Amino acid sequence: MKRLLVLGAGTAGTMVVNKLRPLLADDEWSITVVDQDDVHLYQPGLLFIPFGSHSPSGVVRPRRHQLKSGVDLVFGEIDLVRPDENEVRLADGRVLAYDQLVMATGTTPRPDQTPGMLGAEWRRSVFDFYTLDGAKALADKLATWEGGRLVVHITEMPIKCPPAPLEFAFLADSFFAERGMRDRVEITFVTPLDGAFTKPVASRMLNGMLEQRDIKIEPDFYIERVDDEAKKLVSYDEREIPFDLLVTVPLNMGADYVARSGMGDELNYVPVDKQTFQSASWDNVFAIGDASDVPTSKAGSVAHFAVDVFTGNFLRHIRGEEMTERFDGHANCFVESGGGKAMLIDFNYDQEPVPGKFPIPVIGPMTLLAERRVNHWGKLAFKWIYWHALLPGRRLPVPTSMSMTGKEVTDTTEIEKEKV
Amino acid sequence: MSLATLAGREVHVDGEGFMTEYDEWTEELASTLAANIGIELTDAHWDVIRFLRDDYRSQGETPTLRRVTTVGGIPTKDLFGLFPKKPAKKMSYIAGLPKPAGCV
Repeated sequence: MKRLLVLGAGTAGTMVVNKLRPLLADDEWSITVVDQDDVHLYQPGLLFIPFGSHSPSGVVRPRRHQLKSGVDLVFGEIDLVRPDENEVRLADGRVLAYDQLVMATGTTPRPDQTPGMLGAEWRRSVFDFYTLDGAKALADKLATWEGGRLVVHITEMPIKCPPAPLEFAFLADSFFAERGMRDRVEITFVTPLDGAFTKPVASRMLNGMLEQRDIKIEPDFYIERVDDEAKKLVSYDEREIPFDLLVTVPLNMGADYVARSGMGDELNYVPVDKQTFQSASWDNVFAIGDASDVPTSKAGSVAHFAVDVFTGNFLRHIRGEEMTERFDGHANCFVESGGGKAMLIDFNYDQEPVPGKFPIPVIGPMTLLAERRVNHWGKLAFKWIYWHALLPGRRLPVPTSMSMTGKEVTDTTEIEKEKV
Repeated sequence: MSLATLAGREVHVDGEGFMTEYDEWTEELASTLAANIGIELTDAHWDVIRFLRDDYRSQGETPTLRRVTTVGGIPTKDLFGLFPKKPAKKMSYIAGLPKPAGCV
């Protein structure tokens, strides 16, 4: 009996085991997945919790209920992977041996990594919303906040779901307007990037959307520390941004066991081939989803497209054949823009987001890179799709590789030509 | 991608003027590139540039500020002093490397 061991029963790990279980004979392969708890969090739902429009209980379900029968779930904290011995040690001393290993332990916000962030103001005037506790605490704060300087801040790239902080700023603008207090709130968007987003066409558009909403942007801000007494952000080049309410996206890092095992880069991401997810150092080790170092967005959509490619490749790999499918870096993100509308962006390793239709070229019904109500409905409907189609590994009516049909590709050289 | 003349030599550059061919870069060109963005190279700048060149050769990617600090041992604060305002972009521009990808 051969053993497939998957670390992490989140979005990527759950899809991997559910896709592979029907394809691997029960009497030839056992499949075991390890996680530290039984709480599967629907992460796209976190964004709405601070504004009171999603109930916190609606975004969690037991991990074990998301797994197909024939998959063993082991609860435990991972201490170490020993890739040369093909085994994983858990903190309580248990040892799990494997023939093939998939690391899918994601990425986690780490407020402890920025001096002052976890200080006396944490969850008083300094909040995150990428954790359920953080999102709930922020909801309580916003319910009674009387206004002032709201700073929405990204510590460092990469972060998971890169548009989420922008969406937070747009939704905050709507939220305060609906409560009749927008004039009492000054919103500033602080980012280490040189604009609202990384890709030129989308960035130009999103910069415009910030401007329309009277949200100030503070680009190229690389934080050194939070001064929690004076309530301000301080950058390495000594710029200071005062706040009354800080909503930050802390540094994102891969799991600490990755570093302890000597398998990660400086942010604990596992270096892999960006088209097959195979480890650069061990040919029976793969990393998929946010845990890997592939240069595309850390997002559930990416994990979904990635798992589609990985599944076929893995079957070839265990037969000793070459892995012939190639992941193109396809990412697809809804961007809530407030007022019941959303944008949708679609991009890959080589092609930045441009206008067009999705999922069916030319027809849609959703429109890329434009604010539409139908996109917002798409985002809300996605929650059902996530639990009922995505995690179980059903085929979704969206293409794995990105389509360029019907897209308006402009020459972006002009936009990129700004001074260094 | 297009050709530009730097220090009397033709080199390949992208739309933003970043050199695209690792082997076309020379130390002399670095001084010219630095001058283009108002930087005069000191030994401290050269420590950063040499780390960037070596790390790119072994990793195939331009290192991020964090990597220059954690692996190269050069404090982030110093990078902002040496390459004001946009160190990640400026240091890779001078070192003849693509700007760091990290931003996706």
